[in-house]
Amino acid sequence: MATTTKTKTETLVGKRIRRREDPRLITGTATYVDDIKMPGMVYATVLRSPHAAANIRSIDISKALATKGVIAAFTGKDTENAGMVPCGAALPGLRVPPHHLLAMDRVYFVGHPVAVVVAADRYIARDAAEAIEVDYDVRPAVADPEKALEPGAPAVHPQWPDNTAFTFHQEGGEVDKAFAEADVIVKQRITSQRLVPNAMETRGVVADFRPAERFLTLYTSTQAPHLVRSLVAQILSLEENRLRVVAPEVGGGFGSKIDTYAEEILMSWVAMRVHKPIKWIESRRENFTCTIHGRGHADFYEIAAKRDGEITGIKLKIIQDLGSFLSLLTPAIPTLSVLMMPGLYKTKNIRADIVGAFTNCVATDAYRGAGRPEATHGIERMVDMVASELKMDPAEIRLKNFPEPSEFPFPTATGLVYDSGDYAAPLRKAMELADYTKLRREQKEARDQGKLMGIGLCTYGEICAMGPSPATPAGGWESAQVKIEPSGKITIMTGISPHGQGEETTFAQITADEMGVDIDDVLVFHGDTSLVQYGIGTFGSRSTAVGGTAVYFALQNLKTKIKQFGAMLLESEDVEFAGGQCIDHKTGKTVSLKEIAFAAYRALKLPPGAEPGLVATSFWEPPNFTFPFGAHLVVTEVDRDTGAISIRRYIAVDDCGKILNPLLVDGQVHGGVAQGLGQALWEQAVYDDNGQLVTGEFMDYVMPRAHMMPWIETASTVTPTPVNPLGVKGVGEAGTIGASPAVVNSVVDALAPLGVRHIDMPMTPEKIWRLVSGRAA
Amino acid sequence: MSQSINLTINGVPYSHTVEPRLLLIHYLREIAGLTGPHIGCETSLCGACTVEVNGKAIKSCTMFAVQADGTKIVTIEGLASDGKLHKVQEAFWNEHGLQCGFCTPGMIMASKQILDRNPEPTEEEIRKGLEGNICRCTGYQHIVNAVKAAAKAGRA
Repeated sequence: MATTTKTKTETLVGKRIRRREDPRLITGTATYVDDIKMPGMVYATVLRSPHAAANIRSIDISKALATKGVIAAFTGKDTENAGMVPCGAALPGLRVPPHHLLAMDRVYFVGHPVAVVVAADRYIARDAAEAIEVDYDVRPAVADPEKALEPGAPAVHPQWPDNTAFTFHQEGGEVDKAFAEADVIVKQRITSQRLVPNAMETRGVVADFRPAERFLTLYTSTQAPHLVRSLVAQILSLEENRLRVVAPEVGGGFGSKIDTYAEEILMSWVAMRVHKPIKWIESRRENFTCTIHGRGHADFYEIAAKRDGEITGIKLKIIQDLGSFLSLLTPAIPTLSVLMMPGLYKTKNIRADIVGAFTNCVATDAYRGAGRPEATHGIERMVDMVASELKMDPAEIRLKNFPEPSEFPFPTATGLVYDSGDYAAPLRKAMELADYTKLRREQKEARDQGKLMGIGLCTYGEICAMGPSPATPAGGWESAQVKIEPSGKITIMTGISPHGQGEETTFAQITADEMGVDIDDVLVFHGDTSLVQYGIGTFGSRSTAVGGTAVYFALQNLKTKIKQFGAMLLESEDVEFAGGQCIDHKTGKTVSLKEIAFAAYRALKLPPGAEPGLVATSFWEPPNFTFPFGAHLVVTEVDRDTGAISIRRYIAVDDCGKILNPLLVDGQVHGGVAQGLGQALWEQAVYDDNGQLVTGEFMDYVMPRAHMMPWIETASTVTPTPVNPLGVKGVGEAGTIGASPAVVNSVVDALAPLGVRHIDMPMTPEKIWRLVSGRAA
Repeated sequence: MSQSINLTINGVPYSHTVEPRLLLIHYLREIAGLTGPHIGCETSLCGACTVEVNGKAIKSCTMFAVQADGTKIVTIEGLASDGKLHKVQEAFWNEHGLQCGFCTPGMIMASKQILDRNPEPTEEEIRKGLEGNICRCTGYQHIVNAVKAAAKAGRA
């Protein structure tokens, strides 16, 4: 035992550290689902409906079965009793349509699974799927949620001719009084179009069932492996401890891989019959048509205000396009919009109504932001309209309606308690970075010259760190286990399931600091239900704020035991653990964590009441959500002749609480902004009247590409949350939430001299050109 | 109906008999066992499958394996040498030019091609050069920084 050792003092939290997950990713040696190969593995293809609505008269699989190399084929008749695809959200009176793994006698959307073929390779499987003959009786479809709610619209589900899955009402304060006493009332219909999440890795599954062991291993590209395990086990009546779910390397999710999908259940079911490992990899076309979409709102806003700019009331009616079936969280998403509807503003008078409409489309569900971007887009557009009505500056009206920092924790009209905030700070910082006053002068000069220059603001808030368990369908805590191995190396098992967010790095930073060890002595594992204790997963900007906090508390739990062993080894009553060693300040004697670890496993002697080993666990339940916020400022110029929008400046000032790794936070903001810009300018899932997805490939669905993106200037303010000891709030969705209103507000501002007060997304050049040139669509 | 092909991948000779319809990306991934190049769309629109064929970056999902007969191919697995990362790989790591990593092998190959053709590209040239590769995670800014950093490393 050394008497003097250098104490590790350099901390890693807060530093720009490059990621520890990257070496495997930049060398092409990471293992995604499609990279898994097993002896005897066979390939599955799903035959899907080309129609949005049709009765199935008959299905003939004989030619598929006769194809050389085909092992099996199944239709809805075979899987009828195999269970249903789950919807985990509950609302009073919710109509949940039965969602079989394969279509029974009717199809409900283009891409609806009709049959599955298993063959020796993927080419043969596709050939054989094409040889299946399905006789469809095509029926009228409805793809537009507002049309679906009109009387006489085709019924998506014949048992519910009004196409209404649920209605939802929430009210707070005195709305009628606020509107009766308002100086100004502004009304607007605002849409948030359907979007395709488009993770670059499509979904995929390898299912391996060993009958002799009665054990199924399911490799799947998911954000929530434990949830998949619980649901698949329950649905297939397989004991949960006989199912191992592995999320290997996952190539993006953005919410679309939270759901447990038909194919995860179906391929498990098939594997349990075929007794060979089965691989199914979704094609991009399938990803467009069969993986959940996001957004899909038609919102009807009314906002009441006083002449001085005080916002006194908000009414909102949401028509939510649900699609034909309810995926895992489908009906819950618009309720998040309601929670977020006051934005960052103080008004206590709100009234919200949601109508959930069935359409002959794929389900909508959580896509980056999940309900909060829609709400933020709406309120931020409305606030600009009120400002314009009152001839106020958009910054001024926002500053007037923010709660003061001293008012936190701030209870909102929708029943939330905003944790901490200084909402004016990021706005003032963005305005300072942009030199706002000068910019407005420049705009005036540009307008005098006939140029269309716009300045757009958005001040957003969001609900992160999902979430307290009572507010979530399946538990909102997160778990962590810390194991100090006999050699002193540290293994972290986290219940979250990162797929690009970088927690293998940030959790190692936290651990290295707390344990006073080198970051290279720490390894973070996730995504394998046989390795990792039960966990919830990665979504809702929760991983660091909830999962990181669980790591923090597991480390604190372990420190108690480390100190017991340290005291024993130093023969002391009072030791401190810091800098990777226990020290007795009276004698100056120290013992390193490595020595303590060895002693804990060698167990020649144990502290009173202590067991051998150094392992600790935490299942941490957060007391509240966290509420990050920020301000985005966008300068645009519109070309009068072409309608093209150019973004001259994009400034994003985000407050996500304490920052663990600024490099990663920047990356999250950039990526988020790209998706928000994508919605504002280019992206749209367009279904025609027959329910065909017209923008169903990258050729037609415009994804942001490198040459389309502006330079994003990022900055931050730091308001730590009191909700967790790390002070972190979450940043995964911030960019997406802030971007779309900032960009639209900027372009509306550019076109304001032409009398334009609102533009729905995406703001395509054609749409803008029509507005500028006065040509109706 | 099957045809035999002989080619060199990352300096190693390969000989196989393949179906004419087999895509090069499937050949690389399933037969040659090189799973670094990924399949993101199968329609040449996303660039995740980008590899170098005879020194030119191509999308291997829209080339048949038989068309690659007699060629020299470099995939992401062949970039690092003697345990040392290629300067573009190193730059992607340093600049946080990737998140989920799925587009990364293609993105790195496309970036290498940009620098092979033009060692000192402007930001606009970098962005233009990457327009065939989609990344859904990064918003491209750190990728652009990575290509700039790799260009700088190339000059050093």
